[in-house]
Amino acid sequence: MSTLLIEQILNGLQYGAMLFLLASGLTLIFGIMGVINLTHGSFYMVGAFCAAYAATATGSFAAAVLAALVGAGLYGLVMELVVIRRLYARDHLDQVLATFGMILFTNELVSVVFGRTPPFMDIPSFLTGTVALLPGLSYPVVRLAFILVGAVVAVGLWLLITRTRIGMLIRAGADDRAMVDALGVDIRRLFSLVFALGAVLCGLAGVMTAPLLAVEIGMGERILITTFVVIVVGGVGSVRGAAVGALIVGMIDSLGRAYIPITLYELLPPEIASTLAAGLVSASIYVAMAAILLVRPRGLLPARG
Amino acid sequence: MRTRITAFTLGLTAATALSGVLLAAPADAADPLRIGFITTLSTPAGYIGEDERDGFKLAITQEDGKLGGVPVELVVEDDALKPANAKQIAERMTGEGIRLFTGVNFSNVISAVAPTVLKTGAFYVSLNPGPSVFAGGGCSPNYFVASYQNDNFHEAGGLAANELGYKKVVILAPNYQAGRDALEGFKRTYKGQVVSEIYTKLDQTDFSVELARIRSAAPDAIYQFHPGGAGINFAKQYANSGLAKEIPMVLPVFSMDARMMAATGDAAEGYYIASNWSAGLDNPANKDFVATFEKTYGRKPTIYAAQAYDTAKLIASGLDKVDGDIEKQDAFRAALKAADFTSVRGSFAFGQNQHPILDWYLMRVERGADGQLAQTVVRKVATAMQDAYAAECKM
Repeated sequence: MSTLLIEQILNGLQYGAMLFLLASGLTLIFGIMGVINLTHGSFYMVGAFCAAYAATATGSFAAAVLAALVGAGLYGLVMELVVIRRLYARDHLDQVLATFGMILFTNELVSVVFGRTPPFMDIPSFLTGTVALLPGLSYPVVRLAFILVGAVVAVGLWLLITRTRIGMLIRAGADDRAMVDALGVDIRRLFSLVFALGAVLCGLAGVMTAPLLAVEIGMGERILITTFVVIVVGGVGSVRGAAVGALIVGMIDSLGRAYIPITLYELLPPEIASTLAAGLVSASIYVAMAAILLVRPRGLLPARG
Repeated sequence: MRTRITAFTLGLTAATALSGVLLAAPADAADPLRIGFITTLSTPAGYIGEDERDGFKLAITQEDGKLGGVPVELVVEDDALKPANAKQIAERMTGEGIRLFTGVNFSNVISAVAPTVLKTGAFYVSLNPGPSVFAGGGCSPNYFVASYQNDNFHEAGGLAANELGYKKVVILAPNYQAGRDALEGFKRTYKGQVVSEIYTKLDQTDFSVELARIRSAAPDAIYQFHPGGAGINFAKQYANSGLAKEIPMVLPVFSMDARMMAATGDAAEGYYIASNWSAGLDNPANKDFVATFEKTYGRKPTIYAAQAYDTAKLIASGLDKVDGDIEKQDAFRAALKAADFTSVRGSFAFGQNQHPILDWYLMRVERGADGQLAQTVVRKVATAMQDAYAAECKM
């Protein structure tokens, strides 16, 4: 196996890990609470801005992590209490409109609070540099850390949902709200917690991408569509589905971006190949989504089969 | 009764219209000359517009609110990097009687603004983009570019790569007009072998895949054009992947301007840059400009600020010769074309297509005496370079 292939697989894992952090929260909220929440990407942006701001102000990465988790979590909680909670009983169109409005609101809010010039954040010193995985293949530490965090979160969420009382209540509440409510459990508070948990996971993705990628207004919308592809491929409502979907989308994107242009350049003149390759690369995850939905219309691992 | 009311209404309307005409009558000589300054102040590219505005304003401040002895008023508007916005603003400004424009930063925006402005017989002086469409057959008498023709940067990049002795390179740019032009420009002057030509997505932020492709192609160097946020990401990720130590990077200065250098931290150290200006360029006008800019705004100027300052000085030289009466169009045009000002970039002259003929430098990002990263001139790679389109301009 060539080092290029191995490196692309690692890149796919890393991109998949980031998508998983975003998709797991989105799928919990969408699949269990039945709310289409377009604002989900905004929590990611809020997390990234809080992280970059805290890192600049204090110079400490720990402070940046804390600021991102608390900032995104609190913003998610406030939004659930003020806006989302009124939408549970409404139809999906109302939810889409309201949460789309909240995207615009959040973008403005962030530019008012943090200014229009995007902040910058350095990679913390203990995550800089590369490690040699194989002869001729060294890989950035920060990206490996990303993969690790994704894996830890995946295991953690799985334990939370299958092995704890809160997880049991979440599953029960999703199946029959009224029954859980009647048993004396405050279902509203539970849903608020789930929503905040989704936002915290976004904050985590935000603090991890901030040093690696650009922190900017609107960064959430860009990733949101891909995140939706992930949960559609994986099957709505299941965290396992989100994990599988994130891995598939991450791999297709990374391998496609590497091998589609290389293949086309060998077959066609560069000016045609470059345009065609760019188009095919952009389309690849949607084509894969369509193919998977043809075989399994509810996604690979839907919550309730 | 009805007819009387109608007559009264008509009279009123006429009076209102007349007063409107009177209000719109030519301003008297005491009023400052208004200059339309449409630029990008919001979005991640907003810092570019700020530097352009501040560089331009510096020249006005130095003359106490005048340019070439003529009182001026800068009317600044944000286009938010949207050509449609910018076109609308330009239409409104020309409607308000503004006859002299500058400020636009992006090639796609200027393509919307310049024709709108020129159609009304007003002047446009570009302080940054110089798209090829307006440099050749599409050149225009009232359109001046005080900065550079777009291709020049990448032609200089190709020359720089030759000078450094790189035999095979990988070149990268976003897949849009300016990106494709950039790589064409580079290939025009580069004599070695381009082993791979990689196009990225315009809004791409993660370059892990491209970095892996570069690693597997193992070139002598790479040349990449990614302005703004994408350029910062690229440089950071390139350094963090360890590639920066193995494969040198050559890039045009707007893929690594002073602000981006500050943002990338140490990542930029050792990178080679093709440029027509840097803060360290050794001439008295530039030393004075850099010092004054730092004193006034408390930060280092970027190339955008330097070009905006030059543009203001060029306009000043023109206004001086016609006493601020730009309706003497032939005289003002001739005065601009003479380019009778001291450029912070050293030598400056216009070609017949009213695009500049400049010297180009190979620079290296190095730590200066103060421990700060700076773009140090290594050597000149081109003297008085003209663009490839000038001959097509019939004017």
